[in-house]
Amino acid sequence: MAELVAVIASTHHPFYYRASTAPPEERPPFADAWVAKIAAFRETLTRANPDVLVMVGSDHFHQLWLDNMPQFLIGKAPFYDANFYNEEREFGLPRMLLRGQEDLSAHILRDGLDAGFDLAFSNELRIDHSVTCPIITLRPEADLPIVPVYTNIFAPPLPRPKRFVELGRTIRQLVESWPSDKRVAVIGTGHLSLELGGPRQFGPHGPDPEFDRKAVEWIASGDIEGCLSEVTLDSLWEPGNATHGFMDFMLMMGVAGEGAKADYVDTLDLFHTMEAYFTWYPNGVTA
Amino acid sequence: MSKYLIDKFLFTVDRDPDLVERYREDPRGTVAWWEAERANAILGSHSGEASTWLKFEDAEREALAAHDYVRLFELGAHPFLTLTLFIAMFERDYDEPLAFQKEYGRRLQHFGLPYPDIAT
Repeated sequence: MAELVAVIASTHHPFYYRASTAPPEERPPFADAWVAKIAAFRETLTRANPDVLVMVGSDHFHQLWLDNMPQFLIGKAPFYDANFYNEEREFGLPRMLLRGQEDLSAHILRDGLDAGFDLAFSNELRIDHSVTCPIITLRPEADLPIVPVYTNIFAPPLPRPKRFVELGRTIRQLVESWPSDKRVAVIGTGHLSLELGGPRQFGPHGPDPEFDRKAVEWIASGDIEGCLSEVTLDSLWEPGNATHGFMDFMLMMGVAGEGAKADYVDTLDLFHTMEAYFTWYPNGVTA
Repeated sequence: MSKYLIDKFLFTVDRDPDLVERYREDPRGTVAWWEAERANAILGSHSGEASTWLKFEDAEREALAAHDYVRLFELGAHPFLTLTLFIAMFERDYDEPLAFQKEYGRRLQHFGLPYPDIAT
């Protein structure tokens, strides 16, 4: 069976690419510290030596739209084009082309449906910055095949937080039951407290540093029960109107498992939102 | 309420560079044209199939025609769609990085929780 060699949860910040690639005179003052943190975080994936990446993210109204909105969707295609015109325009993100791991997509769809998740699928999916940001930060060579998993954290009505955790647990079981000798990493990105298009946006810190502190603690300690006892669809409006993206972190906590302490934890307090980086090695990692 | 149609306007304009410029330069004319010609397009139909019933309420049409992002927030337009399109249109008019985004936030300061419902 396949081996789950790393579980990685991260914020995705579309400004990183430009901040890290701009000429020195145009780089923001925090860029060097940010690049150093990303380089250390990247090493946690490199050490796991993965063959395949399962990428959990959320389409930001790029390909998926309100006339036909899936709650959870698996990409199943040999290739995925990546990034859209408005991401190029606003963030300077490059166009990319990633290979797909279709047999793992098929396995997750078949056995996921049988496990009680009515997963939608797409055979022609262009992925957006929720998936390409972690490719840029963690695997800039973009050389590994992927399985995209999209969640709806964006267009109410949303699935409840517990459902995200359950999907994470199921994804882990499905990866570990995949008849393959591949080494699989599951990487998911979401947000801590975040406000977009509201009165608390683009402040000197994230909109709710206290929520961020608690969230980092829940994730780092694998405290799924504690997190579920406080986080609801209603409560997530309070730290910021885009904080439902935290549910993708909860999904990743489900992948890592109840009580699973992260092997690597780092944060970076930026304007607008806090960055946070977590890695688990379910079976340890060779030195 | 036709929040869905406001969102559809923001979504379709934002994804078309020519329409972004057209809406910036002629908001009222663009909204009128879009409602007459594009509002009913079924986006998943490549052959031009259309619905028959979609139209703005007066307050929604006026908010879009006036580039009034504060009113759009109040009406429950999806804040990500509004923000993204308005950055595309107006960020260029400000000298400092993020100055437009910060002004946008300041102009919404009178809203407290719970914010207007964005469910469609």
